[in-house]
Amino acid sequence: MTKAIPTKAKTKTPAKAKAKAPAKAKPKQGDILLQMRNIHIKGKSDESWIDIINGIDLDLYRGEVLGLIGESGAGKSTLGLAAMGFCRDGCKITDGSISFDGMDLMQMDKSSLRELRGKRIAYVAQSAAASFNPAHKLLDQFCEAPLVHDVMSRNDASQYAIDLYDRMNLPSPETFGLRYPHEVSGGQLQRAMTAMALSCRPDLIIFDEPTTALDVTTQIEVLAAIKDIVKEFNTAAIYISHDLAVVAQMADRIKVLLKGDEVEQAPTEIMLKKPSQEYTKSLWAVREHTRKEQPAVKNQTPVISIKSVTAGYHSSVDVLRDVSFDIHKRRTVAVVGESGSGKSTTARVVTGLLPPRMGSIEFQGETLPAQYQSRSREQLRHIQMIYQMADTALNPKLRIRDLIARPAKMYLGLTGKALDDRVRDLLHMIEMEPDQFIDRLPSELSGGQKQRIGIARAIAAEPTVIICDEVTSALDQLVAEGILKLLDRLQSELDLSYMFITHDLATVRAIADEVVVMKDGDVVEQGIKSKMFKPPHHPYTELLLGSVPEMDSKWLDRLLDSRGKDNLGDAAIAKMNKKS
Amino acid sequence: MSNVIKMILKRLGLGVLTLLLLSLLIFLSVEALPGDLAETILGQQATPENVAAIRKELGLDLPAHTRYLNWLGGMLQGDFGNSLALKKPISGLIAPRLQNTLFLTLYTACIAVPLALILGMAASLFRNGYFDRISNATALSAISMPEFFVGYIMIYFFALSGYFPSMANINPNTPFIDKLYVCFLPALTLTLVVTAHMMRMTRAAIINVLALPYIEMANLKGVKPRRVIVLHALPNAVAPIVNVVALNLAYLITGVVIVEIVFVFPGLGQLMVDGVKFRDVPVVQATALIFASAYVGLNLLADIISTITNPRLMRQR
Repeated sequence: MTKAIPTKAKTKTPAKAKAKAPAKAKPKQGDILLQMRNIHIKGKSDESWIDIINGIDLDLYRGEVLGLIGESGAGKSTLGLAAMGFCRDGCKITDGSISFDGMDLMQMDKSSLRELRGKRIAYVAQSAAASFNPAHKLLDQFCEAPLVHDVMSRNDASQYAIDLYDRMNLPSPETFGLRYPHEVSGGQLQRAMTAMALSCRPDLIIFDEPTTALDVTTQIEVLAAIKDIVKEFNTAAIYISHDLAVVAQMADRIKVLLKGDEVEQAPTEIMLKKPSQEYTKSLWAVREHTRKEQPAVKNQTPVISIKSVTAGYHSSVDVLRDVSFDIHKRRTVAVVGESGSGKSTTARVVTGLLPPRMGSIEFQGETLPAQYQSRSREQLRHIQMIYQMADTALNPKLRIRDLIARPAKMYLGLTGKALDDRVRDLLHMIEMEPDQFIDRLPSELSGGQKQRIGIARAIAAEPTVIICDEVTSALDQLVAEGILKLLDRLQSELDLSYMFITHDLATVRAIADEVVVMKDGDVVEQGIKSKMFKPPHHPYTELLLGSVPEMDSKWLDRLLDSRGKDNLGDAAIAKMNKKS
Repeated sequence: MSNVIKMILKRLGLGVLTLLLLSLLIFLSVEALPGDLAETILGQQATPENVAAIRKELGLDLPAHTRYLNWLGGMLQGDFGNSLALKKPISGLIAPRLQNTLFLTLYTACIAVPLALILGMAASLFRNGYFDRISNATALSAISMPEFFVGYIMIYFFALSGYFPSMANINPNTPFIDKLYVCFLPALTLTLVVTAHMMRMTRAAIINVLALPYIEMANLKGVKPRRVIVLHALPNAVAPIVNVVALNLAYLITGVVIVEIVFVFPGLGQLMVDGVKFRDVPVVQATALIFASAYVGLNLLADIISTITNPRLMRQR
């Protein structure tokens, strides 16, 4: 098996690495390392066992990276963990065989399996923030596996950690490990977790969505670090993700899963260019959905006008500084930025949850009271919200009927038959059959359906503006696309304006008319979409746009060549700040 | 670091405030008791003149707020006033008793706290197994039996057969080793009473933590289950456990009256009961305030321990 991706990334002093690493002959490439046959895994749901994986085969060769792709519920993580002979509580492997380097994992007892885990097969979890123990320093957690498995002494392990931290471009590698997990940023933590997985120089690493929780600019540094190290140590890896473009950068071969079944499998290049199955094609197509930009309206009072707003929470630090932009009738303004840029804070100021220190919010030319308590019911009715987590935004004890009826009753005074008809109308509008859904509880709905109920609840108040706060971030791509199309349709039917908060530039491309780019509480750039996606850009916008992975397996290599390894994520932002 | 000192000072201030409020409450509730102290003391000889004289002597003729401030001022200087029944300074009465009570508390704590932690950790390690069920059932039965009943059972099994004395009547001259021997049965009785609570909280707190992703990570690093519990779960479960331990220790100081009586142990509880019996108001007030301080102090300590064992609070970014 040869690598499909040419080795372009600069590898830094491999000789030094080998000297410090534990003595172990570099394995030959090409032998089979992991062979899983006809794997069946069942999970317990209430009292019955349901199928999670139905008979999947998986082969992995030494030094190869296999990408596992699929939506939530496809069984990617379950399959990845099964490669370690591990099942989460409430799951069991009911059939099949797992052979790792000639050993049969299904026949092994618990202590022999423990011997393998961490030493020869390591795991990198999705959320490093949750998967590092908050009570111990990073270095202690790094050294744990080498000590438990008796691979090297504490001193050697610490030295090795410093070496790896350095290679991962972590700041001051000598002292980095002396910090607690909460003392470093998300991107650094994810790299520290990759370093931890390498601590015993394993033959196989399972990466379980390692960059999903990160911002795009941070994602690149982690991807670069992982790619570099996997190549250098010739480690085999299973890379699990729902993001095709990311997997395309990392994997030699891609396997697509759907509801516990394999859809297809092919080398990355072929998979990208010519997927053979309809399902795979539909996954690929999602990113191509774009809406036509609506023509700009001139000389019209904006529906919402944010005027020089400066705001912050309890401490004296301003989270927003002099933020101004307008939202016009029947237009979608996308507010883009990374975590901590002040997007959601802007929404809180607009809704009156957070009174600004300076500046004001105007609604159709008239200044709104700063606090929602002082706004009239009519003023409140015009601005509604849809939230990221439909799960927590819907009261789990209320039926769909009551959830949607409440705003219609409160703002419009509907009762009895009129109210019931209105609820049914609203359900039709969000494409859910009233007779089927009206008496259900939120827990009986899927993620996408819950988000639709959230939308129905917002439009029940007959608002003018809806603030959508990351409404598609928690959803699978196909489901998210459905939600975006629905929002589009409702906008033209009901003359709505949207303030659409998101960190995902693909979503912006799909729905926005205008774009506002925020960074650290400032608006760095704003304008209509067609201009924003064309150069010249503000350097930060350029960094953001350039950091979005493309559906091209060479993209990361090209980017690394042009930017250089030391000019990614945090480092690039720091440099940019210095210049400006 | 300075954050933590600030936090401790704040808690300390709140603790003092709580104690002040409690002292007021104690004072007012004793004040609200029916009957006149002077008349009670004089009994048969309560002529108006005598009553007036006694009232003047005890300062009862002063307005309530002056008496409260005098009492509080005395307390702060370690002067608890005089016992009415025994006509002796209360501090002299309390000191040896307090020592005894603290001794018994510490003795019990040294057995009960490690026992509860170990049993709790073992129960979480073998959760839903036989060990877990048996230790849970035993602990629950122990806590459900009244203390005097447990005490008499202890006496029946261990004292009647002659292994341990049934009376824990110690005095300041008793050598330490003898004290340990003599007080073994009351300490064991109290252990049975408080262990269940602490053990079940340890088990619950650890099992809560075991569901978190970093525990799965530890398992996937090939760490042995025992090490996972002790090194990965326990440090993150300290806060709830420390709080329950503090509550139980406070209970040991304040709530052991019945056990003291069963074993004839000269502790603070008996002193308070006697004070109530003889309407010895200053003694009741003094012991009540000591009990209150024990509760406030131990809870303060629990707060501080759960803060300094949490790196997220100790080293804020």
